[in-house]
Amino acid sequence: MAIDTTRAQTIEEIEPFEAAEEINGGDVVLIDTREPHEYQEAHLEGGKLVPPGLLADEIATAAPDKSARTILYCRSGNRSAIAAAQMQQLGYENVASMSGGIVQWQEQGLPVVAAHGMTPEQRERYSRHTLLPEVGVDGQVKLLNAKVLLLGAGGLGAPTALYLAAAGVGTIGLVDDDVVDASNLQRQVIHNTERIGMPKTKSARIFIEALNPDVKVVEHNGRLDAGNILEIIGDYDIVVDGADNFPTRYLLNDASVRLRMPVVSASILGFDGQISTFVPFEGPCYRCLYPTPPPAELAPSCSANGVLGVMAGTMGTLQANEVIKLIIGAGEPLVGRLLLYEALGTRFTELKVRRDPDCPICGENAEEIPESEMGKFPDYDAFCAGAGGDR
Amino acid sequence: MATVRIPPVLRPKTGGQPEVEAAGGNVGEVLRSLTGEFPDTEGQLFGEGGELNRYVNVYLNDEDVRVLDGLETSVKDGDTVVILPAMAGGGS
Repeated sequence: MAIDTTRAQTIEEIEPFEAAEEINGGDVVLIDTREPHEYQEAHLEGGKLVPPGLLADEIATAAPDKSARTILYCRSGNRSAIAAAQMQQLGYENVASMSGGIVQWQEQGLPVVAAHGMTPEQRERYSRHTLLPEVGVDGQVKLLNAKVLLLGAGGLGAPTALYLAAAGVGTIGLVDDDVVDASNLQRQVIHNTERIGMPKTKSARIFIEALNPDVKVVEHNGRLDAGNILEIIGDYDIVVDGADNFPTRYLLNDASVRLRMPVVSASILGFDGQISTFVPFEGPCYRCLYPTPPPAELAPSCSANGVLGVMAGTMGTLQANEVIKLIIGAGEPLVGRLLLYEALGTRFTELKVRRDPDCPICGENAEEIPESEMGKFPDYDAFCAGAGGDR
Repeated sequence: MATVRIPPVLRPKTGGQPEVEAAGGNVGEVLRSLTGEFPDTEGQLFGEGGELNRYVNVYLNDEDVRVLDGLETSVKDGDTVVILPAMAGGGS
């Protein structure tokens, strides 16, 4: 819409204290004529956002009554004056622009709705998140307060850690007992050549802290076992499973069901990956999907079989996406769904996964097992003798 | 004919093919056609008693045959049978 705003036109301008009196008196439509990121940082209570470029399209929704008293404000009073002139041309009869804008409003000690729980640096850093209605300031604050444990700081853990750290997940724990090896660097993007030989948890800490000082990194330089798992994972909200062996995957499943803790689980091999999200008692658990691990010859490891480096990135970032959705409570996590990705054909396949009523861990008649039994299955010892730990 | 999706660990037994066409009126018959054509897959799909191994999941299209009629689940032309063993690789 072309409107000649240079044409001499009389608009009413009022001081912030006058606007405040009118607003307190009620029956005022209050319009914020700034951009979304400015609105997110701070706005007047009750102010409806109509950015200047969208005025023609959105004003009728925000201010349907053209005879109602309407007050416009922006940062310093210029954009709201232009918008007031445009609205008069559109037939609005009783429009005023607040001079000095929200800057002068705040200088006079008048209240605003501010982005709580975030520093000015954080508002800048996460502005592309807070612009999204599904995230917003509330979602970002949830991310900053979330505690996520990554099981493995290797192929899957590296890209997951990278994006969760960038997203501002406040606490990231890392479980790994390995050191960085040259053969890791084709896919484990948070480690680097200089840090070969360094424990992976320490290398990950250096990377994450350089990327985002908001993130607290907790190193668990060791392996999970039945004796330590409840204590370690109990401090977290969500666990991300990128473990390289079946005993750890079953152990994590049994402990996470006990603690009712969601697990985002992925695995990769060659050009193939799979991912699902297990939310105990809401959807199936890992044992509902895989009641029994395969024998060793059907369970090769990446170190024996090879893996395309970018597969780790694809599946690891899908894991990060699941984690973020669980934290902010948006979208549809992969609960009860197994997503397969085959990179050579660039093909995604989604399969349904049902809760198993006879599941020994989360089924209707499942009894709580002693901690010493967690992670075990009938032929556990035989399995471990053959394939346990693909080191 | 149904399309059988072969998991990576079984592809060495199917000459590297990721998908194989196989005939059969139900899931069991389709899998038996597969093992007939590629005998090396037999021991990894079926136990000694002819039952499907517990560690192999089989889906007809997107549904687990365990919640359908198992190996008796009928298969139509154009259906996809997905064979899926668990994978544990974390890319370590």
